[in-house]
Amino acid sequence: MSDTALVPESHEALPRISAAGGLLSWIASVDHKQIGIMYLLISLFFFGVGGIESLLMRIQLAQPGEHFLSPQEYNQIFTMHGTTMIFLVVMPLLIGFSTYLVPLMIGARDMAFPRLNALSFWLLVFGGFLLYYSFIDGGAPATGWFSYAPLSESAYSTSKGVSYWALGLLAVGTGTLATAINLMVTIINLRVKGMTLRRVPLFVWMVLVNGFIILFAMPPLNASLIMLLGDRLLGAHFFTAAGGGSPILWQHYFWAFGHPEVYIMILPAWGMISEIIPVFSRKPIFGYEFVAGSSVAIAVLSFAVYAHHMFVVGLGHPFDAAFSLASLTIAVPTGVKIFNWIATMWGGKIRFKTPMLFATAFLVLFTIGGISGVTFAMVPIDWQTTDTYYVVAHFHYVLFGGTLFGVFAGLYYWFPKITGKLLSERLGKWHFWLTLIGFNLTFFVQHLLGLAGMARRVYTYPNFPGWGDMNLISTVGAFVLAIATLVLVWNLIVSLRRGQSAGDNPWEAWTLEWATSSPPPVHNFDSVPPVRGRRPLWDLAHPDQADEMSPARAGGTNA
Amino acid sequence: MGPISPFDPASGQALAISNLFILTLVIGGVVFLLVTSLVVYASIRYRSRQVGPDPKQVFGNRRMEIAWTAAPAGLLLVLFGFTLHAMAVSDPPVSPSQSPDMVIVAHQWWWEVRYPQDGVVTANEVHLPVGRPIRLRLESADVIHDFWVPALGRKMDATPGHPVTYSISVDKPGLYLGTCAEFCGAQHAWMRIRVVAQSPADFNRWLSQQAAVPTPAKTEAASRGAQLFQSLTCSSCHAIAGTAAQAQVGPDLTHLADRQTLGAGVLDNTPDNLKRWLTNPQAYKPGSYMPNLHLSPDQVDALVAYLESLK
Repeated sequence: MSDTALVPESHEALPRISAAGGLLSWIASVDHKQIGIMYLLISLFFFGVGGIESLLMRIQLAQPGEHFLSPQEYNQIFTMHGTTMIFLVVMPLLIGFSTYLVPLMIGARDMAFPRLNALSFWLLVFGGFLLYYSFIDGGAPATGWFSYAPLSESAYSTSKGVSYWALGLLAVGTGTLATAINLMVTIINLRVKGMTLRRVPLFVWMVLVNGFIILFAMPPLNASLIMLLGDRLLGAHFFTAAGGGSPILWQHYFWAFGHPEVYIMILPAWGMISEIIPVFSRKPIFGYEFVAGSSVAIAVLSFAVYAHHMFVVGLGHPFDAAFSLASLTIAVPTGVKIFNWIATMWGGKIRFKTPMLFATAFLVLFTIGGISGVTFAMVPIDWQTTDTYYVVAHFHYVLFGGTLFGVFAGLYYWFPKITGKLLSERLGKWHFWLTLIGFNLTFFVQHLLGLAGMARRVYTYPNFPGWGDMNLISTVGAFVLAIATLVLVWNLIVSLRRGQSAGDNPWEAWTLEWATSSPPPVHNFDSVPPVRGRRPLWDLAHPDQADEMSPARAGGTNA
Repeated sequence: MGPISPFDPASGQALAISNLFILTLVIGGVVFLLVTSLVVYASIRYRSRQVGPDPKQVFGNRRMEIAWTAAPAGLLLVLFGFTLHAMAVSDPPVSPSQSPDMVIVAHQWWWEVRYPQDGVVTANEVHLPVGRPIRLRLESADVIHDFWVPALGRKMDATPGHPVTYSISVDKPGLYLGTCAEFCGAQHAWMRIRVVAQSPADFNRWLSQQAAVPTPAKTEAASRGAQLFQSLTCSSCHAIAGTAAQAQVGPDLTHLADRQTLGAGVLDNTPDNLKRWLTNPQAYKPGSYMPNLHLSPDQVDALVAYLESLK
């Protein structure tokens, strides 16, 4: 590390449209904080849309033989629910937090490429609305978020829905790629003096690792989307068996993206948990190196496990066994983190504010999703359970119980920094408990439904013993979740208007974003505190027992 | 766990999976209880309501971390061993040179079931003899489907351009339910499977009965139905052995009266239900390729009389 500060320490705001205020200051903004906030707002909007879609599905499935939705409507809605939640909610939520927080956490003024940052965001907005435009131009796609060929080919999907889906995802995916590059360049080049790569907050580390996964996972998706469009619009035959193509080829491309995508959607949430649990336990993260290193292992392995989505294709035992071994292996670096987080709580003085409640629930719920995940790596079990409600339960425990609980923790944790106002603890606890109850009501019973033989993606089902009751429980749970979400929205509005003032550092946290005002000024920092370890604000408050006294704790010595 | 669960195996192949699954769930349950107890204990024991001095700052413990990395790794390696064993038992190898005992062709949204050695064709109901392995060749006529009967074991995709042959078996006579498990379009939900497992003698009797040309009832209504079947559009999609109707677009109806359900599981096969179905199939299976032919009630009655006599 050279002694030269890489970041020019500007004390004066550059002339920006944002100084003028108003809507234009947002639309024309290249400020990472404004763009981050816009990411969070659009994600929240699409979370509402995807949530309404899930309620429509749950109404249709509440009892056997319902006629609330036609099969064609149901199939469009489950396709849009999955696509929306993955591409327009979870990814932009995580990217939004990354865009807002990374420059602040590393003491930078902005992202490395602010205009590219804005382009990424507007590509997301464009792609999202292009996808939804399909509803008024002949119908939304009805082929599932995985859009298997040849069902997605023009012979079987005659409306334009799948083409809108492919074009929309191309726009969103291109934006995501650009963001990944932007975040990686920012983290590698714009860290403040003293912040070596071994000292970055774990959230920043996870975002960096995530950047590499995105960089290698999006191209297979984008390439296959273009091939699919070629098939549909130009008469190509990449994925049609009759024309000499291969439907299985699509599956290879899609899952070569699709499984790393699962890790893309969880790594930043792990980063949030790794920031929040230490602060509320009043202890440093237990085993920084293990948490950081295991994430690198996951990033590498994530590209070697994708074909566990294809065990039922019938590609032979050697093929299945190889991907089984890799998929079992990836459980190890995942499990390590759970133990590291529990060890961080151990011996601490835990304050159960709302962020910590969500983070603690995350540990248990994500463990359930992790354990059911191992069963899919075991080929014969997958042969029975894949494409059933057992899978639906599994990935909702990972993506909702895991990622979204992590994101909610992060929202309560960083909202004061973003707005200057604390979210209401009282409403926060209502939101937490309603979400916890609603989530488990909705999804736990789906494990049992799958094991009782209920296939996924069905608009209705026979009246088998217990199926109606279990589905009704799931539907009730979905409505509890809807109420919980309304409580969250109410909390956001009320706290923004007349919430308690947060101050710079309401949680007595240790990373650099808490060293500036809440909300931070346009230029982020008037002055950045010296960084000699992993917890610069701890060192500032405890000069006698600073982390820097022990190089191992601080992440290496200053060269 | 109900009529269609992997935990009610009816063959050695399915039993191997069930055993592996139960073992894994027990181990997973123990891991879950361990993690949850640690989280709950830490949350109660180390909860702090008042702001006080910070606790001891512990940064890690390399030895413990190596231990809780190595232990799960060892456990998972053992599970991988069990996995390989269960794969071999639950999906035994099939000689590629031998011809299949049975060919199942998946269609949007029904199953064509062929017994090539006996020239028998039926739909949506699979009859199997107990006690011997059956070589099953699975194909698709359109999009990807998946043949899944949990009591028999593994599910298998039916992929266009990629036929697969594998071995299934069943130990005891009975009715086993299944379904298409890969999303295949509008009526994926009503693409259900019924497996009727029979003693070898019963199975052979069934086969020879299916191979025979049925004798329709001699009533006036039935003979009018037989004429209507040929003169209306029915015969442009469906086949009935012994008649001019030989189209292969929809299910073969040669022995329709023997089958338990209509529309791949959407209705029980009774004369009243067949009447409802013929009057408006789209009311029961919207999006399926059987159109509403706007038949008059008289025509429907005649067709029902004819088809329900095809035993």
